[in-house]
Amino acid sequence: MWLTVLAGSAGCFLLKYLGSAIPATFLELPVVKKIVLLLPIALLSALVAVQTGANHQELVLDARAPAFLMALVALRLKAGFIVVVLVAATTAAALRHFGLAV
Amino acid sequence: MTTTQWNVLRNEITRKATSIGIAVAIYGVSFGALGVTTGLSIAQTQALSLLMFTGASQFALVSTIAAGGTSLAAIAAALLLGTRNAAYSLRMAPILKVSGFRKVLASQVTIDESTAMGLAYDESIEDGKASRLGFWSTAISVFVFWNLATLLGAVTASAIGDPKALGLDAAIAAGLFALVWPQIKNRYTASVSLGGALIALILTPILPPGLPVLAAAAVAFIVGWSWSKQVDV
Repeated sequence: MWLTVLAGSAGCFLLKYLGSAIPATFLELPVVKKIVLLLPIALLSALVAVQTGANHQELVLDARAPAFLMALVALRLKAGFIVVVLVAATTAAALRHFGLAV
Repeated sequence: MTTTQWNVLRNEITRKATSIGIAVAIYGVSFGALGVTTGLSIAQTQALSLLMFTGASQFALVSTIAAGGTSLAAIAAALLLGTRNAAYSLRMAPILKVSGFRKVLASQVTIDESTAMGLAYDESIEDGKASRLGFWSTAISVFVFWNLATLLGAVTASAIGDPKALGLDAAIAAGLFALVWPQIKNRYTASVSLGGALIALILTPILPPGLPVLAAAAVAFIVGWSWSKQVDV
């Protein structure tokens, strides 16, 4: 088990290190610059989508989707970070508490 | 930016970083409990939080073992979910400007939360000072809370409360998106955000966990390429 823990950790560290080891001159290329700028936006948006609409390999519609929509409304109304997070948490918690969604 | 303005911003950033740490801590307790109930020792569970330190990968590794998977399958699942961190460190490198041991440290704490906070502030503020503070303060906060929470969960072998009943799953997704939101500034960034989300959802039933999110990178390549062909930006 220790081997699994340490090998997995080493692999994950190398992945984290990999990106920063790429030479800066390569990153200066206009097309690379744009792609690198967009990469975290694509990955984090995808992550949020999966965190909101998926359960393992299944697409599900539960309390998380309305909570996300409420958070989106809060963002459009220029609410602060904590407010957006609380709006989402409260929506999901309330829907579940009253048995309106799982 | 005046000193007063900077102080206000600095307080806002560190407050956000602290609240992110507290939110992920609840999941850290769940992770610690899952680790020991799966058959890992307390030390092994804690080692994952200290050394692997990327939540999704840790859960994937332990869940694969719990489901009776081989060591190799568990490591592969962890690496699949950890691959997006490579793209994060690529993006953060020119902002963090670190080398040597600090680069090793920065790499270790390059995860969803620290990257999202590092990118939520304009890189031009105080020559990247706000971005760097966002990254490092979130990294430290999440690292400390995540590890203390893991220890608590591993020692007591039980989770505190149900994260779902508190709406914490929705809160974490909303929090991450609130950090992506200021980065959506034009039609290129907007289409990448929407396109990435759609691709991940479409591929979720087809591909193993981790890959649908990685596949969203394709949108960044396509849109980035066409963006660089425009002269007006």
